[in-house]
Amino acid sequence: MQDYQNQKSTVLDIVNAHLSMPGNLLPILHGIQDTLGYIPPAAVEDIANALYLSHAEVHGVISFYHYFRDTPPGKSTIHICRAESCQAMGGKKLENHARQQLGIDFHETTADGRFSLEPVYCLGNCACSPSVTIDNEIHGRVTPEKFDQLIAAGKGVAQ
Amino acid sequence: MTRLFISRDSTALSLGAEQVAAAIRQQAAENGLDIDIVRNGSRGLYWLEPLLEVETGQGRVGYGPVQPADVASLLEHGLLEGREHPLYLGNIEKLFYFKKQHRLTFARVGLTDPVNIDDYLAHDGYRGLKNALALQPAEIVKHVTDSGLRGRGGAAFPTGIKWNTVLNAPAEQKYIVCNADEGDSGTFSDRMIMEGDPFVLIEGMTIAGLAVGATQGYIYLRVEYPHAYVALNEAIAAAIQRGYLGENIQGSGKTFHLEVRRGAGAYICGEETSLLESLEGKRGLVRFKPPLPAIVGLFGKPTIVNNVISLASIPVILDKGGEFYRDYGMGRSRGTLPLQLAGNIRHPGLVEAAFGMTLREVLYDFGGGSASGRPIRAVQVGGPLGAYLHEGQFDTPLDYEAFAAISAVLGHGGIVVHDDTVDMAEMARYAMEFCVEESCGKCTPCRIGSTRGVEVIDRIVDGAEKDKNTELLRDLCNTMTYGSLCAMGGMTPYPVLSSLNHFPEDFGLQAPKPD
Repeated sequence: MQDYQNQKSTVLDIVNAHLSMPGNLLPILHGIQDTLGYIPPAAVEDIANALYLSHAEVHGVISFYHYFRDTPPGKSTIHICRAESCQAMGGKKLENHARQQLGIDFHETTADGRFSLEPVYCLGNCACSPSVTIDNEIHGRVTPEKFDQLIAAGKGVAQ
Repeated sequence: MTRLFISRDSTALSLGAEQVAAAIRQQAAENGLDIDIVRNGSRGLYWLEPLLEVETGQGRVGYGPVQPADVASLLEHGLLEGREHPLYLGNIEKLFYFKKQHRLTFARVGLTDPVNIDDYLAHDGYRGLKNALALQPAEIVKHVTDSGLRGRGGAAFPTGIKWNTVLNAPAEQKYIVCNADEGDSGTFSDRMIMEGDPFVLIEGMTIAGLAVGATQGYIYLRVEYPHAYVALNEAIAAAIQRGYLGENIQGSGKTFHLEVRRGAGAYICGEETSLLESLEGKRGLVRFKPPLPAIVGLFGKPTIVNNVISLASIPVILDKGGEFYRDYGMGRSRGTLPLQLAGNIRHPGLVEAAFGMTLREVLYDFGGGSASGRPIRAVQVGGPLGAYLHEGQFDTPLDYEAFAAISAVLGHGGIVVHDDTVDMAEMARYAMEFCVEESCGKCTPCRIGSTRGVEVIDRIVDGAEKDKNTELLRDLCNTMTYGSLCAMGGMTPYPVLSSLNHFPEDFGLQAPKPD
């Protein structure tokens, strides 16, 4: 876990850049997560103070949205679609395979810190199910074999 | 110089379009070939992606699906002259799948460079806005009302009536909000528009602003669409630069600003009041209605909240008139509906067609049956809250009222196909589970009902007091339908009850009596 003191100035810069924007809380949270990879719990106080909100209000927003996370992700984040179209094309098999291969469940990170695994409900890639994203790269018609190839090729992981 | 087209659409990318483009660029450079690769949207014939099109003297010629390993042989066979090759498809627009469509909203998707405003203008772009600038606000709204357009997001509320309410709501500030939180699984038409022709959405929103006197618009885009985010922002920057957004639009003295805001993975934020809460920077809790967003919307001001396809259909309506659009369709379903064929289907893709075609035509004439080759057993239309239909219902015409009559919905036009290996009790359980995941938690029937729903379905499948528990599930669905605050809890019973009614054998119950 990184020391928040090193992140504080980044957080404050992002907050200050959005002060005059109406409805600025989500853009601020996105800015922080885009930069740091997650929203450090210690940042909540700073965000709340700057926006004249309570700690609970900011925490409540962060925890409401699936996308926001309060722990650092692995080097790469894998999203596996669990929705109907992917299920119709073997998504459940893929999901189980991925969990087994990585040795983690959804919302967890591998011990070596390489991969985080997250569920997602539709990537809009339903014409070529099942779908997976590794970081921002999308892959269609992903069989368990193709999944292994992507992982073996180090897809997404900054080498 | 020869122009080639390779899509930048997410699904094409998911199949390797980027690698194909890179291979062509490299081999063309090595062979000293003078080419220009346009990164277009997708034509929507997804089983042919990555699709490669080349501009020749005889029009555009397609090849597909292309992989990087095919590039050398394509170039050898005379790709740049549009010559024969095992992957040769000819003119894409002459293929049955494309030819039989009515592409009004999707007229340019796959044809043009999505972020090139000159290309947009050269293909009838901004003609609707030009007409709108010469009209009074009420006249613009009248065109929309005359077109018969109903909200394409799922609720099918008449767009003209919504616009008229905002027009007549006095306020110093009004807003246009585009609901681009296309979270319904099995749907991708919004994404295709935003990636493949973002200007048409921008133009539609600008016309909406002129129609009701709103000077600020927001596109609330789901975070799962990073490529749409990029394309929209590129197009907005180009529109500002060319005087199509901002102050004094095309010298008219009118103002319209537009900004893209990202959601954060909450399905419920596709519900319009939850979306507004989220845009205001709050938890996406559903609001009580009334007041309607048209009266008290974003930041308490009158607001149009329309889906991407609704707004993207406005330019053609203002260009060709409300009657032109109204002449397509059947009954009270006017115009076209972009259908999205997904799941276990041989020819998945985008089919924009006038209302009135039967589901069977879509599944077999366009879709070519299941991808697995097994019989199609269940089809979910309209997203995760839509009913599952069985073979006996496939002759239902695609029409809002005809679907309502069989306790189903058209929703956003997503069609997800399952073959006979599907376990419908599992799908019903999944529908409840999804509601558990995505309920905003404000009302009890949805928040608690969904959890109890999963438990009751498990008990039925386990064979524990089947009759009692089936009755309990029906009672629970009744409470959710009539007691929930919004469609999340209110419509989760659609997939659950349709599974139970049409496929009781999957729950270990007796098969239905023939009706």
